[in-house]
Amino acid sequence: MSSIEFRKELFADERDDDLNEVGKPTQRQDILGHVTGRSPFFDDHLFDGLLHLKCVRSSHHHANITSINTSAAETMPGVVRIIKPEDVPVNLNTMLSIIGFGKDDEALLQGRKVAYKGETIVAVVAETELQARNAVKAVQVEYEVLPHVLDVEEALKPEAPVVNATYPNNTFDYHDQYDHQKLRFGDTQKALAGADHIVEGEYQMSPIEQAPTETCGAIAAPETNDRYVCYTSTQALFFSLGISAKLLDTPSGRLHFIGGTVGGGFGGKVDSLHEPLALLGCMLTGKPVKYNFDRAEEMQVGAPRGAERWRIRDGVMNDGRIVAREFTGFFDSGAYTRLSSYAIVKGTGHLPGPYTIPNVSSNVYCVYTNRTPATAMRGFGITGVDFAIETHMDKVAEKVGMNPIELRILNAYRDGDMKAHRRLAKNCALIESCQVAAQKADWAIRPEFAAMSSLRDGGGPRAEIPQTIIDTEGRIGDRKRGAASDTAPSKNGTLSTKAASTIAPVSASQAMGQDVKNIAGKPNLMPGVMPDAPQPSPLPAVQPVAPPAPQSAPPHVPPPAPGPAPAIATPASAPSLYQPLPQSSPPPAPPADSATPPTPEAPTPISPGASPSAATPATEPYRPSEPFSRGTRRPGASPFVSGTRRR
Amino acid sequence: MAKTPVQFTLNGTHRAHFVDGGANLLDVLRREVGDLSPKYGCGQGTCGTCTVLINGEPHLSCLTLAESVEGKSLETTSGMANGPDLHPLQRIFMESFAAQCGYCTPGMLMAAKALLAGNPNPTREEVIEGISGNICRCTGYEPIIDAILQAAVELRSGRVA
Repeated sequence: MSSIEFRKELFADERDDDLNEVGKPTQRQDILGHVTGRSPFFDDHLFDGLLHLKCVRSSHHHANITSINTSAAETMPGVVRIIKPEDVPVNLNTMLSIIGFGKDDEALLQGRKVAYKGETIVAVVAETELQARNAVKAVQVEYEVLPHVLDVEEALKPEAPVVNATYPNNTFDYHDQYDHQKLRFGDTQKALAGADHIVEGEYQMSPIEQAPTETCGAIAAPETNDRYVCYTSTQALFFSLGISAKLLDTPSGRLHFIGGTVGGGFGGKVDSLHEPLALLGCMLTGKPVKYNFDRAEEMQVGAPRGAERWRIRDGVMNDGRIVAREFTGFFDSGAYTRLSSYAIVKGTGHLPGPYTIPNVSSNVYCVYTNRTPATAMRGFGITGVDFAIETHMDKVAEKVGMNPIELRILNAYRDGDMKAHRRLAKNCALIESCQVAAQKADWAIRPEFAAMSSLRDGGGPRAEIPQTIIDTEGRIGDRKRGAASDTAPSKNGTLSTKAASTIAPVSASQAMGQDVKNIAGKPNLMPGVMPDAPQPSPLPAVQPVAPPAPQSAPPHVPPPAPGPAPAIATPASAPSLYQPLPQSSPPPAPPADSATPPTPEAPTPISPGASPSAATPATEPYRPSEPFSRGTRRPGASPFVSGTRRR
Repeated sequence: MAKTPVQFTLNGTHRAHFVDGGANLLDVLRREVGDLSPKYGCGQGTCGTCTVLINGEPHLSCLTLAESVEGKSLETTSGMANGPDLHPLQRIFMESFAAQCGYCTPGMLMAAKALLAGNPNPTREEVIEGISGNICRCTGYEPIIDAILQAAVELRSGRVA
């Protein structure tokens, strides 16, 4: 392909170019079927007597179902079977229960309370698609309409309606402790206080429908050996198999799944909504049953990439070094969890982007709203925050008057640097990518930046895990009870110091010589979260990279007066990210507050009056944003609704 | 429901079927005739993946009444190859990475074939116009446009009819 260019000279010493396939265009193994129209998509399997399944769907964002009357539909021509919620053997699931992550929170057919528009209530199986559609219209569902919430930050308020009864705080429960996923690395509060500039930004990404050309669907049919065959468009065959076995309460060995030919997925075909229902229809009727979305359902009910809102707060020095970065993130999970909980864990591991920043903190919330549940899409968990980060990098460059590509090169990971989630960076290539991009775009960068390399100047002090302040702010339920209202990490200083603890710094040699993941925080799902018993900070054995400052530095201090000039990074050498900040702070000593031994087993209950800022009593009952409108001004609402900034 | 007899030729073969009143051509081709190459994408004439040629003209089979093709000549992607020999468009689509998931490909090939039949030497803009009724979510269109232009060159040079 002419559009692909391989730069063989980059990392020539790291790669073996005697590869037979990698780096060479190779045809897809299924391409012949594609160009002859013979590739077997799920709907390309013909069955005599195929029945069609269509669904009755919620016409409200949020409502109790008071009655379901199917009597008229049952007698309509061609109707073979009506499937009601009580017909589903195990009618509660969450996708990631397959790997033991999260609680079951979503019904296949919802009979009690619908939490998003289009939620599936009843399924109709009929001889033709038209008959199924007509019978769907004849099913009468009575609702008691409930207030709904469609904005993530509205949903965090104490007075917001409970979207998902499994998670009554409207947030996913992380690690059975917090209403958000925490990342703590160094001390952002102190570093922000010592920075020359504070650069803040808010970024919103709307939901995106994957919109595959083939809509999601499945055909289930009885086999002669008391098994069922299921042809499906799924992208996740074994997810679909496991979920179907669970919901239908049958051994997976009775289910014969055939997939692999997917007419476009992009993440929208992992949710396994069709296979269990088609199989159930097949089991209840003994006939082949097809259930697929029509295009309107694909767009309305098919799970999109969830909306994300990010706030970034950077502490930047005059020379462009970013010394602190703080994130507040909100994932709009919609009414149920699906994969958003996981997307946040993945996204948190990506923070603060491909840059070596010595102080990073983040609070990321998986929020339930009365919108269509969100799911996977191409890099989900990363794409939204990368959009925010890179937009923010341009904003930082503008603030310090620096070439945006040079700013990225200056702050980029070098091989051997410690990332905020406590893994060493390796095989870095951002610097080289920036250099090539600048060259391609005829964007001049100074020679010293053109000469920098990912292979040089990393590691050393940049490989250290700094002394890290850990707070316990945001325990499950606090926010919904009104005991905590702020969502950003550094704004919780007054609360956080109550039970704060520190993770001692870890030297480069320790970090590089050991299994890094065991040094601080649990591996995998818990970047930066301390295990059960955080220790009060001992006097650091090694020189701390960022000496602790007196506590409760105000979060919004102006840039310090030009006192001791901040160290200027010497171009063409390692940017000295770990130069001491201009400081008047005493030598390393544990902060008084955090020297109190924490009691993680019995967390200090935070009384509602503990923090003046936290006491935001619900002065008036919650009113839904009815009708949901863009650009309306509600007190306390975020300036973003549906991506439109209100003025 | 009363059925209507319909006779037409499909890829050169005579066909006779009884169809439901109001049945669309896409369903009849797929379910009655068994030609699965036209695909269902939207059912409302916006995605183009159900495109077939009726008397050489591209039509959206999901919006075409099956009864209306009485006596007409239909072509689909399953009839493009001549035995084991692929049509140049098919071969070049393969070679130029013009298909990924393959779901839009049958409709795209039909649109391309109709375009080149009427305009053997199209400009890039004319190719873009010619496939503007067909949505592809995978490729970004560029390899498809390149493939159609390349096929036009080969067809003009008379390598294959």
